[in-house]
Amino acid sequence: MNAVAGGASGALRAPTGHGKKLEDRRTHDQSKRIIAGYGFWIFLISDIILFSAFFATYAVLTDSTAGGAGGRALFDLKSVGIETGCLLTSSLTCGLAAVGSRFRRSDLFQLAMAATFVLGAAFIALEVHEFARMVRAGNGPTRSAFLSAFFALIGCHGLHVSAGLLWLLTMMAQVRARGYRPEILRRILCFSLFWHTLDIVWIGLFSLVYLVGVAR
Amino acid sequence: MWGKLSWAAIPLHEPIAIVASAVVLLVLAGVVGWVLVRGHFAYLWKQWLTSVDHKRIGIMYVVLALVMLLRGFSDAILMRSQQALALHGGGYLPPEHYDQIFSAHGTIMIFFVAMPFVIGLMNFVVPLQLGVRDVAFPVLNSVGFWLTAAGALLVNVSLMVGEFARTGWLAYPPLSELTYSPGVGVDYYLWALQISGIGTLIAGINLVTTILKLRAPGMNYLRMPMFCWTALASSLLMVAAFPILTATFAMLLLDRYLGFHFFTNEAGGNVMMYVNLIWAWGHPEVYILVLPAFGIYSEVFATFSRKALFGYRSMVAATMAICLVSFMVWLHHFFTMGAGANVNTAFGIATMVIAVPTGVKIFNWLFTMYGGRLVFATPILWSLAFVVTFVIGGMTGVLLAAPPADFVLHNSVFLVAHFHNVIIGGTLFGAFAGYTYWFPKAFGFRLHDGLGKAAFWCWVVGFYLAFMPLYALGLTGMTRRLQHYEVAAWQPWLVVAAVGAAFVLAGIGFQVAQLVVSIRRREALRDVSGDPWNGRTLEWSTASPPPSFNFAVLPQVQGQDDFWRRKQLSDAALASPADEEYQDIHLPRNSATGIVCAFFASVMGFALVWHIWWLVGLAFLCAYATFVKLAWREQQEDSVPADLARELDRAHRAARQGSAA
Amino acid sequence: MERRMLAGQPGPAQGYPCRIPKVVLATVCLGLAACGGGVLAPRGPVGHAEKMILIDSLVIMLAIVVPTILATAAFAWWYRAGNARSRYLPDWDYSGKVELVVWFIPALVIILLAGVTWIGSHSLDPAKPLQGTGTVEVQVVSLDWKWLFIYPQYGVASVNELTVPTRAPLHFSLTSASVMNAFFVPQLGSMIYTMNGMVTQLNLEADAAGTYEGLSANYSGAGFSDMHFDVHAVSAQEFKTWVESARGAPRRLDEAAYLALGQQGTSPVLVFGSTDPQLFERLVAQSLPPGPGPAAPVPDAKQPRAKAP
Repeated sequence: MNAVAGGASGALRAPTGHGKKLEDRRTHDQSKRIIAGYGFWIFLISDIILFSAFFATYAVLTDSTAGGAGGRALFDLKSVGIETGCLLTSSLTCGLAAVGSRFRRSDLFQLAMAATFVLGAAFIALEVHEFARMVRAGNGPTRSAFLSAFFALIGCHGLHVSAGLLWLLTMMAQVRARGYRPEILRRILCFSLFWHTLDIVWIGLFSLVYLVGVAR
Repeated sequence: MWGKLSWAAIPLHEPIAIVASAVVLLVLAGVVGWVLVRGHFAYLWKQWLTSVDHKRIGIMYVVLALVMLLRGFSDAILMRSQQALALHGGGYLPPEHYDQIFSAHGTIMIFFVAMPFVIGLMNFVVPLQLGVRDVAFPVLNSVGFWLTAAGALLVNVSLMVGEFARTGWLAYPPLSELTYSPGVGVDYYLWALQISGIGTLIAGINLVTTILKLRAPGMNYLRMPMFCWTALASSLLMVAAFPILTATFAMLLLDRYLGFHFFTNEAGGNVMMYVNLIWAWGHPEVYILVLPAFGIYSEVFATFSRKALFGYRSMVAATMAICLVSFMVWLHHFFTMGAGANVNTAFGIATMVIAVPTGVKIFNWLFTMYGGRLVFATPILWSLAFVVTFVIGGMTGVLLAAPPADFVLHNSVFLVAHFHNVIIGGTLFGAFAGYTYWFPKAFGFRLHDGLGKAAFWCWVVGFYLAFMPLYALGLTGMTRRLQHYEVAAWQPWLVVAAVGAAFVLAGIGFQVAQLVVSIRRREALRDVSGDPWNGRTLEWSTASPPPSFNFAVLPQVQGQDDFWRRKQLSDAALASPADEEYQDIHLPRNSATGIVCAFFASVMGFALVWHIWWLVGLAFLCAYATFVKLAWREQQEDSVPADLARELDRAHRAARQGSAA
Repeated sequence: MERRMLAGQPGPAQGYPCRIPKVVLATVCLGLAACGGGVLAPRGPVGHAEKMILIDSLVIMLAIVVPTILATAAFAWWYRAGNARSRYLPDWDYSGKVELVVWFIPALVIILLAGVTWIGSHSLDPAKPLQGTGTVEVQVVSLDWKWLFIYPQYGVASVNELTVPTRAPLHFSLTSASVMNAFFVPQLGSMIYTMNGMVTQLNLEADAAGTYEGLSANYSGAGFSDMHFDVHAVSAQEFKTWVESARGAPRRLDEAAYLALGQQGTSPVLVFGSTDPQLFERLVAQSLPPGPGPAAPVPDAKQPRAKAP
């Protein structure tokens, strides 16, 4: 039905040009990088809205403890403080990885990514440990609406970090296998945007859930 | 091994469900068999199912919408006939079945008819109108479509395996909690909408990025066609509203699967939270659906009046105003929950405020016709019927926005009549107008006009017959979702409404006939010019169907309605670009990622519904592997050589001049 | 019925409904009122006021909607391509004056309606007590799929039948024993949701004796269609007599009776001669369990499919 769509173009190969064509190629990749980053920002905004919905629910249900313990009795600021430290540091290492990719320094990139992974995994491990402690003490998410909202909100962030870790490993493998192709550099850009956003979201959660929760 | 799934899940005791399933399966088997026997599968797979071309994805969205319209409408027929018979417990549908039908009808019509229809039209048209070669993220676009289709598939599987929700289309808790809905119906509902919701979010992100970042040279914001503006507003709303839906459903899922207490009657759960959240998505959703339709009407009124759209800047302002205010009115869906007078007043007035930009739009369409040369083709008939119908629906909407009036009309069939009035009269008529208007662009031949007009009249007559009686019934105190009733005086009105549904059925029949006849007579209906309506915007400047790259040379836009402007100038303005302006064109390669990952998403959804945990894990891993495979592919793009592009472009220009002469 | 059918069936065959002259509109209203109730035949001050707001708003909007519809038809017809007498203005796409008017007209209408809404919402807030003495308190509980009415001042209760005195303010406190419902007596006025663990407030009054239809206006499951009940508005004297006779009823509304009522199913009209005075408060405080839903059937529970008696 459609003269050229797909069918004809499947047989055609990308030209291996020089001069002007190479220049075109570069602007092409440059604009694609901007578009990818832009689109990913839009996604991140939608993700922040997702967190806002969970957060609004948490704010409404803070006092619905159904006779159980509230934040003050349950939150262990020390452990959460270490978690926060891990995540903040991991943003730094993630930034280093981005620098590494920019200068095509594979050793720096892989090392910084590995450090990011370790810090992120430590964050998750501490969080899981914290959750397990609360559940064992009978303060699991089924105990009260407040705890449901708490576990869902923090768990949603934890799920994002876990997804980020999976993505991180994939990126390490990709760079190792394929090097710094334009599309891989775009993905590294998006990954670091994602990781930093999770950091920002965590700062919000740490202050508004844990600090305010303990202060109340 | 198979979780909660057993042979008992097949509803053998429900003749309607089982016959419907059998028919669907037979039709499906017939289509698949035909495709295989005739050897079309390779074509279908390479050119359509794995296509990342925005035009083909747009067309597939519309096909999905039309197929699901048949399903949603057969539910409507069942409901109208049940209510026409149901005096003193008559009728043929027991409550368990009837309750599933109205829940499925609402869910399908909103999520799998209206949404794919408008998203499909936006997908097809927006890049063409912007003068670009594709959307910002073509592969994701395909993923988005296929996830929507996966959601639709799950809803339909519920007809054959298990049951659908019996909770109404928004599944208010605590009715939708495990205590009161222990079956799998609500789970089907939730997972289907979670999966398709991701698809919608992807579509929204894609369109926003496309419109804001990928426009033809010279196409600044205030030169964009009105449809692009409304598509932008609609997509922004998708990006902003759909995460709220995802979060809300996630909470309900946590309640149902892991014993959380967000909305339960126990342990401090709060149902009002759900109602607020769902409408914080639900009200913007209404505008997600209707704004693109407003864009279509703007194009149609201008084109068929042979005039520029009146008050373009006003229209842009009105569109963005609606986009913004739509987030501030959600509480009007539950004035009867007992919020104080001040809250109710604030939301009531905010709601009425939306009527101002909407009214401005109506008047601007009127003045677009003023001084025009109206050609009564099918698209403008839909648009005229829209204006008349929509002002009535808008009026009853403003009535419902006044809390004291809502206190006696809320949840009545008056409300049902109102939202059908705006969704059918607003979104669906617009979608049909757009379908008829852009069909020749998509396929290179027009739809049969006579059958289109027959369908139009049946739809309009059917709509009024079906819903005006509901306004009256609502005023007599008839509430919605009644499986039977005891008031004899209601029955005649409901019989009239059922007759209306029969008219709509005839309308749909004419539409099916129109499609079949048009395909058979496509040579007679052929349009070689690419511009059958004497159009104004860039999509009409390229061939029909457009080549995979849309434009051989990206147009240099110098004003609003650029194609019309060029047509008014000398022939030189339409002349072919010089040889050296044609360059190699890079297009994204087709990818099976969308369909494969949606397949695994459907499997995962099904496994989640039936608690088959190993399959959930397996399907998730497979879906992830699909993306890794995509990430690992060697070649991302194909090229169309400049020579080929030039040849095609010049052939089209010659054909256009030939047909003009 | 014949006349009503014709007038109230505004198919395009007879022109669009807003073109129907006011006389016909009035006929429709009367016809609907004759249908036996509904919000156009109010029997209490709240219902009267709401009907007035409904009609006022409708008339205000018709003043703009009817001309718009007529103009649509007129413009489309006059500017048809075949009309040689109409002027073609292909480039007329902006006029400051017209723009001003098209923003102003809807804005003015909405300002007017906003005023009506502001006043109406405040004066008709369901939680606002009505003027008058001798307020009758009624505690309303929606159950799966029946209504329980408790009269705390009299220590009696009834199921699926509400008896109230005319010309006395009625104050309803409402909650739900299971899922959401909405308490609605169309001829008396405002509806309000019932929700578990929460109390909503509603104030109504009946100013004429009669039997009115009450119903649930929020879908609540398989037995929803049977959640309607009769409201008997009777004179003060007759109400006293009813209370006396109710007190003679042998049933007592206590926790056991509540648990039995909480089972899914419909119920005939029941009267309880005595009540546990704390029942409603305990239910609201969630110290009584909510309805069990379909999960825990008891041997003699009615099936969801059972029809109303």
